[in-house]
Amino acid sequence: MISLAGRDIMHSWGKFVFTGVGLGLLIGVTLTMAGVYRGMVDDAKVLLDNSGADLWVVQQDTLGPYAEPSSLYDDVYRTIRGMPGVDRAANITYLTMQVRQGQRDVRAMIVGVVPGGPGEPGQPGYLIAGRQITRSHYEAVADVATGFKLGERIQIRRNHYAVVGLTRRMVSSGGDPMVFIPLKDAQEAQFLKDNDAIAQQRRRTAGNPAFNRPGTPGLLDAVLASQSINPYINAVLVQVKPGFIPEEVAEPIRRWKRLQVYTRVQMEEILIGKLIATAAKQIGMFLVILAIVSAAIVAFIIYTLTLGKIREIAVLKLIGTRNRTIAGMIMQQALGLGLIGFVVGKIAATFWAPIFPKYVLLELGDALLGFAGVFVICALASVLAIRAALKVDPAEAIGG
Amino acid sequence: MADMLEKGIRIEGLRKRYGKGDTALDALKGVDMQVAPGETVGLIGPSGSGKSTLLKCLGAVIEPTAGRMTLGEEVIYDDGWKIPDLRALRRDKIGFVFQAPYLIPFLDVTDNVALLPMLAGHPNAESRKRALELLEALDVAHRAKAMPSQLSGGEQQRVSIARALVNRPPVILADEPTAPLDSERALAVIRILNQMARQYETAIIVVTHDEKIIPTFKRIYHIRDGKTQEEAGEGRAFE
Repeated sequence: MISLAGRDIMHSWGKFVFTGVGLGLLIGVTLTMAGVYRGMVDDAKVLLDNSGADLWVVQQDTLGPYAEPSSLYDDVYRTIRGMPGVDRAANITYLTMQVRQGQRDVRAMIVGVVPGGPGEPGQPGYLIAGRQITRSHYEAVADVATGFKLGERIQIRRNHYAVVGLTRRMVSSGGDPMVFIPLKDAQEAQFLKDNDAIAQQRRRTAGNPAFNRPGTPGLLDAVLASQSINPYINAVLVQVKPGFIPEEVAEPIRRWKRLQVYTRVQMEEILIGKLIATAAKQIGMFLVILAIVSAAIVAFIIYTLTLGKIREIAVLKLIGTRNRTIAGMIMQQALGLGLIGFVVGKIAATFWAPIFPKYVLLELGDALLGFAGVFVICALASVLAIRAALKVDPAEAIGG
Repeated sequence: MADMLEKGIRIEGLRKRYGKGDTALDALKGVDMQVAPGETVGLIGPSGSGKSTLLKCLGAVIEPTAGRMTLGEEVIYDDGWKIPDLRALRRDKIGFVFQAPYLIPFLDVTDNVALLPMLAGHPNAESRKRALELLEALDVAHRAKAMPSQLSGGEQQRVSIARALVNRPPVILADEPTAPLDSERALAVIRILNQMARQYETAIIVVTHDEKIIPTFKRIYHIRDGKTQEEAGEGRAFE
């Protein structure tokens, strides 16, 4: 038996191809939306991978440092180093802000790290150019996505930094590229006030009799000095010794240091299950709407094409064509349209994904799922047209 | 002749009523008709006389209200359908030729004809061979690969006749097959139908209004107010 659907598609291929291209662009958008979600998840995982940590020690009762603000004293890491199973521990700060370079500025996550060699928690894992930060001030390593180049000078708050190294795929959970600077500078940048605010704070402190006692010389100076520094960090990143289970190392820190400690699994759950959950739902809604729109378009097109063939269908029924042959023809056409649409959509998504400002990760699994989804949608969409075709009276082929 | 008539299509007291109660309409009021294998008869009558209703009943497209229809020895209808699969009946035992050819626009000439045997489960190659033989007999084999839109009106009608004949049905129903054609082509189509009827031992019923072809039938059934009346025709063109 010949393929009636195939012959019809070949006969009016222009109509099918153009319709398929239109549908394909819609499918391309759908695949891209799924890619945006996958990109967000991947960004979150990359963020955790690149931190090089096995444990995240943060302020008690917080989900920090990525999902909630967390504040710890910057000397906590010393006591953590002494805990059983801890190999290395390092302070870290995170701050998302605009970084200026000449006349332009870039949205970036400023990461304050303790200058040291590669492998230290928090350090960029690898560089594509230049070197790691070795000085305690005014050096920076930037992700290439910032557009900064080696040797360029960038401005963070009032200070300027020389870009000494470039790295890649170092992004925040929001997809902003990272700029690594020395920890001390980052701590200063987090709470740096303008000169007027500093002068006003000093006046207020001096005017407070509790801090400016005539009989206690040096108290005011000590208070003012404490106000001008920031002894806080956002988290301590911990690497455990080989052979130790992170959860077993975390438990004594929680118990004795009264701090919150998250393992890699827990941190991933926070990032994916909480931090990007709303965005994921938003994308999910888009996917549902796009699927409905795609189904409606396929249904409308196949229904219109079927109505255009009512007389031929009546003749086919009159000469003894089975209902399932006619239904099969319509369904195959819908699936053919879906196939054209999927191929066009996949190609379109592959081409335009790199242009997106945030990372779009097109996974094979999503593509296969999309392929199956398109086929299911097309099959369902053809039901309306099949119903119309099966209702056609073969007597319509006979005049009178 | 009486023996031959027994082998063809035979209709006795066929009735068809549309609707119920006060609004009921009797389109057929006891039609009797016999057509022998190899015979072509005309069925003529004014608009609304019941021609199309009779054709639809004969074609097993609508169900009569009462009566009896036989095809050779086989009872098709006797106050109810006696054949479980009417679709297969239409496919295997009844050929249709329409006023317009109604060829499937996305199939070439050969496949338009070969589609029926394919639907009946015959292999594609065998179906196409049968189609080409018929196209040859109808003098359109040279257009075997053409699409319907590339054919003239006469060629299209010959292809539709080939389609009607391809499963060697014992009966062909032709609904105004010459309506869109000029005199010369209309007579040619009737000549072909007659020739095919004789060659393939097929009973052909031609519904027509066409004055120019009416004299070509040897027997004519006039249908008026849902009843038929048999008349001898002139059989002019085929003597």
